[in-house]
Order: sequence, then C-alpha cells, then structure tokens
Amino acid sequence: MMNKTRLYDKHVAAGARMIEFAGWLLPVHYPTGPIAEHHAVRTAAGLFDIDHMGQFMVHGPDALPFLQRVMTWDIATLEPDDAHYSLMCYADGTVVDDVFVYRRDEAYMVVVNAANRKKDLRWLSQQARGFNVQVVDVSDETYMLAVQGPKAEAILQRITDVDLSQVPRFTSISGRVAGVFTLLGRTGYTGEDGFELFFSADQAEHVWDAILEAGQEDGLLPCGLAARDSLRFEACFPLYGHEIHAEIDPISARLGYFVKTKKGPFVGRDALLKVRLEGPKQKLVGLEMVERGVPREGYPVLIEGEERGHVTSGMKSPTLNKFLALAYVPSEYSQIGTEVEVLIHGKPKKAVVVKTPFYVPVYRR
Amino acid sequence: MSDYVFMDDRRYAPTHEWAKVEGDIATVGISDYAQHTLSDVVYVELPEVGITVAKGDPVAVVESVKAAEDVYAPLSGEIVEINEELPDNPEWVNEDPYGKGWFFKIKMSNPAEYDELLDAEAYKKRVAEEEGH
Repeated sequence: MMNKTRLYDKHVAAGARMIEFAGWLLPVHYPTGPIAEHHAVRTAAGLFDIDHMGQFMVHGPDALPFLQRVMTWDIATLEPDDAHYSLMCYADGTVVDDVFVYRRDEAYMVVVNAANRKKDLRWLSQQARGFNVQVVDVSDETYMLAVQGPKAEAILQRITDVDLSQVPRFTSISGRVAGVFTLLGRTGYTGEDGFELFFSADQAEHVWDAILEAGQEDGLLPCGLAARDSLRFEACFPLYGHEIHAEIDPISARLGYFVKTKKGPFVGRDALLKVRLEGPKQKLVGLEMVERGVPREGYPVLIEGEERGHVTSGMKSPTLNKFLALAYVPSEYSQIGTEVEVLIHGKPKKAVVVKTPFYVPVYRR
Repeated sequence: MSDYVFMDDRRYAPTHEWAKVEGDIATVGISDYAQHTLSDVVYVELPEVGITVAKGDPVAVVESVKAAEDVYAPLSGEIVEINEELPDNPEWVNEDPYGKGWFFKIKMSNPAEYDELLDAEAYKKRVAEEEGH
C-alpha cells in the first residue's frame, strides 16, 4: 500500500528515520540530523531522493496552446530547454497544483507534487479535450534526484560529460551522469543553486551512490524531508497543502508574479482578474516571533486579541536563527510592522509581520 | 539497533524523563533515547519556579524540528529551579541530555514515588520494546 522508492533500503541502511509522506515512505532525516543537513545545502551541497514527485510528458501539435490554457505562467515564453515554475488553477481561481514546466524541443515535461499526481492527471486529461495533445504519466519509469547547494555544480561536473557552467538557472541540458542518460535541470526548491536530475528509474541506486561519492570531499550530505521543508520555508516557496490548496488563490498567496493574466485566456483567469481588481481578502505574510516559541501549522494568529488568521508553516529558521512563520491574515493587517500574536500551546505570543522572503534565493541576488 | 546511553545513577519515567535525586531534590531531564527520537531540539519551554506539580503533569515542552512534545513531571512536588540557560541553548538537550540539558528541579513531596520509576535496566528494556515496533 505504502510506496517505497528504489532507494528505500539504502536510506534505512544509512540510518535514516523514515516517515510517510503523500503515500510514500521517505527519509525525514539521516543520523546527522535535519539542521546539519540544512546547513550542508546552504554552505556545501545536499542530495535529495525526490522520486515521489510526478512527471507528465505533454506531446502533440497542440502542446503549447493546451499548456497555455491550464497554466498561469506564459508558457510561450519558454525557449527549448527552459524550465519555469507555474500554477494550475480551477475556474474559480483556487489552486490545482504548483508545478515546474520543462520545455523539451516540441514536447513539455510537467513536474507535479506527489500528493496531487492522480488528481493532476485526471484534471489535465479532462482539460485536454478538444486539443490534439497527449498527457502521459511517466513517473514510474522516471527517477528524480536533487543536488542542491553552492558546491552542486562542482560535484556533478566530476561525473558528467556536459559543461554545467554553460547551463543557466531555469534551463536544462541532456547528458550522462555516472554514465546514465540524464536530463539535468538547473532548478530546485531550496533557494540555492543546484540541479534536479531525471533519468531511468532502474539506475537509481547507481546514480545515488555516484553522487554521494563525488560529493564526499565537498561535504555533501544526503538530506531528508525535514531539511527540504526548512530550506523551502526560508525562501518562502509555497508547499501545496499548506500555503496553497484548493481553497486559496495564488494572488492571496502572494504568487501573483506567476499569474500572467495578459497572456490571453486560461482556466481561472476571470476569477483571478477579479481578485486582483478587488484585492484579496486575506494575504500570506511572513511573521517573526518577538516572544520566543515555535509557531507551527494551524496555530491561530490573533489580532487585537481575536483569532483572525492561521499559520501555514513555521519553525525555528536554521539559517537565520529566528522563530518564523508564514500565515494568512486579513489584508488590512498584512503591512510590514503590523503587530500580531500567535497562539502557542494556549498562550498568545507576540509576533510582527516582516518582509519576505526570509532568505533571498542566491540566484535572485 | 542504535547505542543509546542509559545512566544507572538515576531513574526513568515510561514517558522518557529521567530523575536524579540528591536529598529531597530531583533534577529532571529527558533521556538520550528521547533526544535521539526527537532529533534536533530547537526550543524548550520551562515551567515557572514555585509551582506545585503532580506526577504525570505536563510541565514543560520540548520542541524539535519535527514536533512539540510535552515533558511530564516524573515526581510530585514543587518546581524549585529551572535550567534558565536551556531556552537559549536548546542543542544541549541533544548534546548532553544527562548533564547540561537538564530541565528543572523538583522538591519532592512524596519521595516514595522515586522508587516506582524504572531503573536503568528496566528502562532499557522498555526502549528496546518501543524500538521493536
């Protein structure tokens, strides 16, 4: 019933603590601990087994108009080998999923969240009616690893035949990694430089071992879900099911940059234009705790003593060493400097709205 | 599977707190197994000095990267001292759970409760059972 990745036995042998996530048994951290893994990615490199992520290929003469119809990002701006973040919305503007779209010559690959894989395939298949297009789920035969951190390029360069220095952020290249034919995207969800690798699933163990070995001298660590979460959290990247879901729109989630209403019609456009025009009722903000305490998902946010919002993600940020949260609050209380409280273990603790992202991704500086 | 440290100069609650007694004062912390299970500790919330607690009351909170867990009083009595440096140095819980990582001290109101706690050998067995499933 529970899915195991092909690296499951390797994770267990390495002493990883395994947990269930979106129907998969995945490492939450290795014996080094989640904070050491987090710092490894910020200062050196980390290796992530993210095979639970889904991949769909979109083929056919109507691939581009079809993706323009279902994606909020302007897919026509993607050159061959480009990769970009996008959202898929329902007609009412709420979020189906957040995805990465990779352009491969005339076909496209869409990388989706594990928890949404079946739902997304159904959704895309429904939306494909009337388009000359095929949407094929290739997740089972495709393995996905991420190598993230300032040393990621140097480490992968030791075991690949392509010149990675020639691969800009948000593009991809095909080549061999440890002899295995691989698509390398200069993408990731940690706020660091790095690569995401797609290759034939039966090579998973071989490629995993090769990267661990190549990264040893630079301090690369295998990393679990806890570090993946704290890294994306500091960069304020949304996590589906937390900051975004089927009851929230991307404008309220402050992802309006990825909603290209000027590109022409797409599913959700009218609803999103309306939110943009009228202004969202609630907004996702960053909170910094003034009084100490760990704000966690679901904790109420109090304004003038009344519950007016809730935390979607929160933790002690390993890089910034502060107690931080992402939370929805009414728009009129979303200005930086607004004083609020977070109810932690039944006690209101002072917090203040701060600028996001908490940690600016290196490739945006 | 893993090599946890069990100190035989103190006793343990089934909820993974340890208590070390000197006179009528018990120092309380969490076991090496507990800190290992929690993973990196990022914060601790300690009780107020002077409050009276009953054995089994949740009196402190230990927050790891993953979750918030209650710490229960292993003995009844009055909280007479807390480890004031601990909230600023939560990593001590991981690094030195039986030493610098202590949480609070209880002036015992019923010292006989101490004998009801598990000795190191019994606690070790209990941990082995918990690890088993």
